[in-house]
Amino acid sequence: MNARQGFVGQSVERREDTRFLTGRGQYTDDITLPGQTHGVFLRSPHAHARIKSIDTTAAAKAPGVVAVFTGEPFKGVGGLPCGWLINSLDGTPMKEPKHPVLADGKVRYVGDRVALVVAETLAQAQAARDLIEVDYEVLTPVIDTAKATAIASNVHDEAPGNLCYHWGIGDKDGTAAAFASAAHVTTLHFRNNRLIPNAMEPRCANASYNAAADEYTLYVSNQNPHVERLLMCAFVLGIPEHKMRVIAPDVGGGFGSKIYLYGEETALVWASKQIRRPIKWTAERSEAFLSDAHGRDHVTTAQLALDKDGHFLGLKADTTANMGAYLSTFASCIPTILHATLLAGQYKTPKIWCEVKAVFTNTAPVDAYRGAGRPEATYLLERIVETAATEMGIDPAEIRRRNFITEFPYATPVGLTYDIGDYNATMTRAIELADVAGFPARKAASAAKGLKRGIGYAAYIEACGIAPSSVAGALGARAGLFEAGEVRVHPTGKVTVFTGSHSHGQGHETTFAQVVADKLGIPMEDVSIEHGDTGKILFGMGTYGSRSLAVGGTAIVKALDKIIAKGKKIAAHLMEASDSDIVFEDGLFKVAGTDKNVPFASVSLTAYVPHNFPHDKLEPGLNENAFYDPSNFTYPAGTYICEVEIDPATGKTTVERFTAVDDFGNVVNPMIVEGQVHGGLAQGIGQALLEHGVYDTESGQLLSGSYMDYAMPRADDVPSFHVETAKGTPCTHNPLGVKGCGEAGAIGSPPAVINAICNALGVKDVPMPATPHTVWKAANGKL
Amino acid sequence: MSTSLTLTVNGQSVTRDVPPQTLLVEFIREHLRLTGTHVGCDTAQCGACTVHVDGRATKSCNVLAHQVAGSSVTTIEGLEAADGTLHPMQAAFKACHGLQCGYCTPGMVMSAVDLVQHHGCHSEAQVREALEGNICRCTGYHNIVKAVIKGAADMKATA
Repeated sequence: MNARQGFVGQSVERREDTRFLTGRGQYTDDITLPGQTHGVFLRSPHAHARIKSIDTTAAAKAPGVVAVFTGEPFKGVGGLPCGWLINSLDGTPMKEPKHPVLADGKVRYVGDRVALVVAETLAQAQAARDLIEVDYEVLTPVIDTAKATAIASNVHDEAPGNLCYHWGIGDKDGTAAAFASAAHVTTLHFRNNRLIPNAMEPRCANASYNAAADEYTLYVSNQNPHVERLLMCAFVLGIPEHKMRVIAPDVGGGFGSKIYLYGEETALVWASKQIRRPIKWTAERSEAFLSDAHGRDHVTTAQLALDKDGHFLGLKADTTANMGAYLSTFASCIPTILHATLLAGQYKTPKIWCEVKAVFTNTAPVDAYRGAGRPEATYLLERIVETAATEMGIDPAEIRRRNFITEFPYATPVGLTYDIGDYNATMTRAIELADVAGFPARKAASAAKGLKRGIGYAAYIEACGIAPSSVAGALGARAGLFEAGEVRVHPTGKVTVFTGSHSHGQGHETTFAQVVADKLGIPMEDVSIEHGDTGKILFGMGTYGSRSLAVGGTAIVKALDKIIAKGKKIAAHLMEASDSDIVFEDGLFKVAGTDKNVPFASVSLTAYVPHNFPHDKLEPGLNENAFYDPSNFTYPAGTYICEVEIDPATGKTTVERFTAVDDFGNVVNPMIVEGQVHGGLAQGIGQALLEHGVYDTESGQLLSGSYMDYAMPRADDVPSFHVETAKGTPCTHNPLGVKGCGEAGAIGSPPAVINAICNALGVKDVPMPATPHTVWKAANGKL
Repeated sequence: MSTSLTLTVNGQSVTRDVPPQTLLVEFIREHLRLTGTHVGCDTAQCGACTVHVDGRATKSCNVLAHQVAGSSVTTIEGLEAADGTLHPMQAAFKACHGLQCGYCTPGMVMSAVDLVQHHGCHSEAQVREALEGNICRCTGYHNIVKAVIKGAADMKATA
């Protein structure tokens, strides 16, 4: 990076903030198109039922109604596709029942889409929806994850016993042998609680069809507009891809839930052509609870085998993962590729075996939610490591140190190769920052007040920078996972960068500009970052898996390298020097070893006013694009330490201190990176203490379907955090040396919190969420 | 169906024919096209729709437009100075990185200004308790709390 400029590494204030702070952001619902109509969906009130008949006659005649659509016309189009094929241990492919745009004969969860009503106003559409009569034959619902394969009712006829796949990874026999030789075995049974993502902006879409050009435009609250377009066009509606423009404008948070292609926007696009008018739909929060893809929901038994000194010999995990009623876009890879491959954690466990059964239930589809598989893996591993330490009387930091991987690259027994890390460094720093030495005194002070204090660790690792396409492809991915970037230098030397990454809170407009400004030696205000529009951006795989800077940023760097390479040739011509003698420093093209130079803006002007230009060697203009496919995942890692205080009389748990030390490699904007960690921590603490997506196991009704029932973390539920980004070990295989920071907080924090609670109470396990009632029961021996 | 409604919004008198069931937030967003005020839930829990009605923070999803006839409403668009200078609380949110996706931000800022004007800002715990009615999913509240404390100090300094 350019030393004189030095934007990289600085906590530059965000350029996107002023529009958000003054009400000038433009989210999808803020956009109203000429001739706008409004759509609402009739949703299933039953978890599992056969649709005997639907009568839309009265609704269609209601005031203001433009059209009513049911599943009938969608019978001829494709289902919503799943992007990852998982094969079972017996070699058979996963079961992939059709995921219809609107229900086709059956409804499979409360909230399943039955009909779309389009009217002149939202109120008219809502009123007409109430006039649709559906005759349902209610069927037995399958709800409980652990019991799904044992219930005599099938969510899909194509998936007997509700089994989607039964997959495994690792060395089964070797792991069994390791257990046979173990001095100690620790066993835990637990549930990784179902979470509901709850981006604050509900999902929203506005679809229009331009008959003159036979083209569609879709505004949608989405994390990856090109993927949305590709899936909808190629797999569902059969629209030529070049006839569809997807724009994801300002997006109010995603956390995974806006990665996927959903039926709602698909129905809107299709219907917009039928009525030749734009249709807008905005989810109500209740609707979001029912129909956004949920997260987690694993039931797991884990066993760790250790020798007498606490060295790990083998790890066994048996997980049942709930897919919900249909396979969402990336559902199948979450409990497998993004979960089981992380079970080595930071440790040199020699033998690992993990089996995963994925099951269908009559609940909302489950897919990636912040962390996506890696929180489940980290919870499994860090809970069992801490439990083993307690059982064997070894300090929890010490047992980790004895097992840390210290030599890199390191090939794990579950398919990944870690390029670099320093786990002892982050743990040592976290112990200092958390003042672990002062814990006994604080515990005594709490005890004097009749309160129980506990401390818990979690040393997480994640695989980010998703993903090397060839590796992902070999593992079943049906898409590439590269990223694209374009750098357009204007004649005056100003620069517009187009990135396939999407920003919905991450601050790309700032951090990416920091990188570009440093690289070109120009002021940040000369750089603008464009994202989120298939009409502007050449291509993009979007934002998820903490990949934006590591993959999207690298694509931009590669395009910048091409700009500089061409600029050197233009400068060489202008200065009558040899191409090989030109260096680019501080925004100047210089003839090495002389004081001759031309500034960047002169070169860009020459590129567009090519009067004196090497036409025999170069084309005019200064515009380059690049695609970057990573050679490996990145591996952020760190140690989190949580300290809780519990009132045994009420079971109320207070997070008193939370310390996070992360190694993200190089950091472009520390303020933004720390902000990402803060947000992840609140979501992880939310999972540990508050949040739980609960269905009634008999009726299949969502019991936690509003903010009155689903406990979102609020300002007084979490403390201020002690967050520090370690000097770190830069990633070895991308030019920025960055690893990704978006998910770490949500990955590392739940086991730290639960470990702290178990430490405080002296119990082996407390289930998530550790609500006051649950903790009170644990404290009083009633669990 | 519609009846005439007059109120003051961001210092300007507005009159519109509005159906009686129209929520204040619908009036602000759809009738006046002031889209900075957001809707994040349907149970008056999230606070994204918070505006000031006669100087008090109000969840505009939970009051009918006609109920506030004659009142003075301030939305996020009305907070900055006429010359575009950010209100000290807006500036503090920017300086402290108190926002990420920006969706909860207008409601959060309006609540924070109300807190400072009517109760003062005394401690982190008080700020956290006061923001209980505004949900943010991005920031973990850490920097929002810092921003409110800074914004309160800056409001005092410029008062």
